[in-house]
Order: sequence, then C-alpha cells, then structure tokens
Amino acid sequence: MAFLTLEKLTKKFGTHLAVDGLSLDVEKGEFIALLGPSGCGKTTTLQMIAGFVEPTAGAIRLEGRDLLATKPAKRGLGIVFQSYALFPHMTVAGNVAFGLEMQGVAPAERTKRVAETLDLVGLGAFSGRFPRQMSGGQQQRVALARALVIRPNILLLDEPLSNLDAKLREEMQIELRQIQRTVGTTTILVTHDQAEAMALSDRIVVMNQGRAEQIGPPHEAYERPATPFVANFLGKTNLVNGSTVRPEKISFGPSGLAGKVRTRIFQGNHWLYQIDTDGGLVTVIRQNTGEAMPVEGAAVHLVWTATP
Amino acid sequence: MRVAPYLLSLPALLLFAGVVIVPLVMTVLLSFHDWGQYKGIEPVFVLKNWQEVLSDSYFHEMFWRTFRIAFFVTLLAAMFGAPEAYILNRMKSPWRGLFLLVILGPLLISVVARTLGWALLFGGNSGLVNKALISMGLISAPLPFMFTETGMVVALAHVLMPYMVLAVWAALQRLDPQIENAAVALGAGPFTVLRRIVLPQVMPGILSGAIIVFALAASAFATPAIIGGRRLKVASTLAYDEFLNTLNWPLGAAVAVLLLVALIAVVVGASRLVERRYAQVFG
Repeated sequence: MAFLTLEKLTKKFGTHLAVDGLSLDVEKGEFIALLGPSGCGKTTTLQMIAGFVEPTAGAIRLEGRDLLATKPAKRGLGIVFQSYALFPHMTVAGNVAFGLEMQGVAPAERTKRVAETLDLVGLGAFSGRFPRQMSGGQQQRVALARALVIRPNILLLDEPLSNLDAKLREEMQIELRQIQRTVGTTTILVTHDQAEAMALSDRIVVMNQGRAEQIGPPHEAYERPATPFVANFLGKTNLVNGSTVRPEKISFGPSGLAGKVRTRIFQGNHWLYQIDTDGGLVTVIRQNTGEAMPVEGAAVHLVWTATP
Repeated sequence: MRVAPYLLSLPALLLFAGVVIVPLVMTVLLSFHDWGQYKGIEPVFVLKNWQEVLSDSYFHEMFWRTFRIAFFVTLLAAMFGAPEAYILNRMKSPWRGLFLLVILGPLLISVVARTLGWALLFGGNSGLVNKALISMGLISAPLPFMFTETGMVVALAHVLMPYMVLAVWAALQRLDPQIENAAVALGAGPFTVLRRIVLPQVMPGILSGAIIVFALAASAFATPAIIGGRRLKVASTLAYDEFLNTLNWPLGAAVAVLLLVALIAVVVGASRLVERRYAQVFG
C-alpha cells in the first residue's frame, strides 16, 4: 500500500471545479512534483493535504489512516510557503524551534535538533539573526529548516523557489534535492516551473484544469507526453507532418525536410533556429559545439528519428 | 545652495508659523505675565503662575487625574479595539465593510453629540446603562457615571476607539496571510497562534494606537466638559475655566503649556521606546 494516497480528490469553489477527481499514490521517500499553469488546482491540492482547504469529495490517506479526520495542527506535515511565512519577531533559532516547542520537545533536545537542522541547510552561524536581516535565499533555507526539524511525515513545498533569482534558484534546486535525499522525507512540490519539477522530482504530476494529465517520471513525461498539453507544457515542441518532435531532436543533414533559416538566435550553450519548411515553421535547437552553423537565409535539410 | 525647494515650501512654512508657532510662543510668554483681580494682565516677567501650578496640590490632583483617565482610556481602547480589529480583519467581504462602517461611523458625528448621547445613557439613577446593568444582575444599586472618572473613561474610550481599531487594522494588513497557517502546520492551537504569532506582530500597531489615544484622551475637552462638568475637572477644562471664567489668562496659559509639555514628553518618550524595541525586528 502506498504511503500517501489521494482518492478522487475534488474541490469545488462555487461552481468552479478547482480539483477534479485527482487520484495519486505516493511512495515513502518519493519526491513528487505537482506541475501546471496557475489555476490548474495544484496549490488547492497541496492545501487540502495540509488541511487549510476542505475537499468537496474524495479522501486522503496517510499510511492507511484518514488524514481528513486529523486537524491541520495534528497532521505533522512540514510546509514551506511561497512567501516563506517566517515569524518576523522571532530569531532564526526561534523560528526553527517553534514546531518542536509545540510538540513538547524538551529544551536541551530542542536546542540540539535546531542546531543540527540549521547545519543541514548551511545556516549554522545565523541562529541569532532575525528573518529580515537575511537574504531571500537564506530565508528560504530557514523556512526549509523550520519544516524539516519537526521530522514531518510529508514535506510540502509551495512554489518554494519562485521568489529567488535564476542563478540562486538553480543552486537551491541542487541543494534541495540533496537535502531531501539526505533526510529521505516524502516530498510534494507544487510548481509552475517545468525545469524545476523535472530537476527535483522522481515523478511529475502534470495538472491542467483540476485533472492530472500525466503522472510519471520526468524523462518519460518529456519523451512520451500523454497529451499535447503535457508536450507543450514540458518544453518546446514541433508539429511536423502530424508527428510531435522536440526541437533538440532535429538536426541539419545533407538530405531530409527542406527549409530555409528564418531566424537564428545565439543562446550561449545552444543555437535556437526557426526554419521555414513546407510543413510549417519548425523550431530547432542545436548544441553549440563551436562549429560553424547555418546562417539566416541559408537553405537547410532537417532530419530526425521519429519517436515511437 | 538650491533656493527653489525653500521657496516652494515657504507658503506652508508661513502658514504653520502663523497659526501654530506664533500663538504657541504667545501662550508661553503669557504664562510668565502677572495677573490681578482688578489690574488684569500685566506684561511683566514673573514666575508666579508656574510656581502656583507646580506647587499647589490642587493642580497636582488635576494633572494626575488627567493622565490617570488617559491611561485607563488607552487600556480600555486597547482591550476592546485590538480584538475588534482582529475580528474585523477575519470577516468576509460584505460584513467586513459594514462593520468597519459601524466602527468608524462615529467619527463622522461630532464629539459633542456623541458625548451628549452618553450623558443621556448615564444620566441619573434611572439612566439606561444603570437599568441595563441592574436588570442583567451585574450590580444591585445604580453606579454613579455622571461627574465621575468612570463615566469619563467609558465615554472617552468609546469616542477614541476608532483610532485604536485603525492602528491595529493597519498592522494586521501587513501580516503575511500564510503566517497563521504556518504556525498551525507546526502544531500550534488557535490560542497559541494568537498569543505567540499574531499579537507580537501587531504590538507596534497597538502601541502606536495607544500613543494616539493617550494623547487625544489627555487633551480631550468636550467629553470631560460634558461628563465631568465643573465638579470634576481635567487639565484642559481647567485651562478653559482659567481663561474664560476666572479670566486669569496667565495661569490658564501655564496650565495649557504644562499639559502640552507633559504630553510631548510622554508621546515622544513612548514612541522612542517603541521604535527602539521593534527597529531590529520590523524596521
């Protein structure tokens, strides 16, 4: 039996179906990403697991127990909010210790676990600071430490990296993944960023209009999207002669689909081409290997191997 | 040096000087003039009025009462205003606007009219408030409200409540909307969330509201004049009486200036304290 089970989970706001019969099995220690555009129901799903929103229908089971019968304060979940929602009037140590205090952990043990967790997120030296004296990335780590220190059943991450700049976000992705592997906590990430979802998770749930369009490992969802929506949401796609092809799978060859380079954009590690062909406009991504590439206006031939 | 900014602010500065600084300086000067029953005001420099105000226990009692009333009004306003603002903040859309109007509406009505309303409710032994309290079994004999400090505190607290509600409301608006959920998820019960998470964060709002309410209560005139009458005077009604009844303007001026100085000291001291206490946390 799965560790966490969502059974036909449904939430209606008035007449609007925010989540429409979502079913999902999560294994212990798994990292799941709920991915989708805003309004797809991913955040509502997270809030139902957390207990801040009551489902209209369906069930949530944790190790077989009915989670909906448990009050939010007793669910024992660690949550990292998009805004971090740190307690501004408490120090970093105070923030992290709060959950332990609520659990009635003895002061000595509390101090020890707070120090351990702050070390885990690399903030050992910052325990006396107040949140507003720290950078966004550091606040994010405090929020993570605060959620992890209570040794939660499940770690819920609500767009945790969306307030960070691109470079820092990438660093935090790697770190988040490492920390999750270290502590082994079952994690559910809500995000609209497909790169983030693919980088972090074991399985992706691509959501659209309250429904799961595809549930599977990132690579599988990317290579074999179940629906056009999934294909488009997970990356750029071309529809050539009725088949879907990823731009990076197309290369230039001596023969093949004939076309003419309309635009070419240099993006450092790769070139982005737009090619006019008889089958319509085709986007091509080529790795920058340092070799000379076709220029704008050049006649080219496109080749690719069809995906099964 | 650039002249334009100074020139542009000149009209406002002139107006400020004309209607605030000049009368204030004149009042301060007036407090050093002499006065006699038959000779009137003599523009000389004497310390007589100040000696009288500072040494006579009659004035001590008056000032002590003024600040005691202001303190209890502030306490009452905080005790009722802060929860009121919190409840208001949690209300849903149509009700929130309606109740905000109910709370702030009194600001649209003259203080005199509102206080006269309280006088009607308090009035005599058969006043509505006493009748209600007796019928609820809370008291057995009517409480004296008119011409008492209790009555003044109740009426002033009501009159000044909106300022407290607004100050706390503003602080609540700055709260992270997820912060209560964050505390709940960590295992905190509703009371703990209020005490440990919400209250400390709105404390600056409560304190700044308290400073406003205290200053307005200590300098209030209409409400003490109507509820307290001539029997129970506070600093502002005392100054008024010295000016318009005894006609001892210099003494009245000394009372008024002393009230102003004392209030400035309290308000500046309190806000300094608040700022220092919360600078690190809220900035």
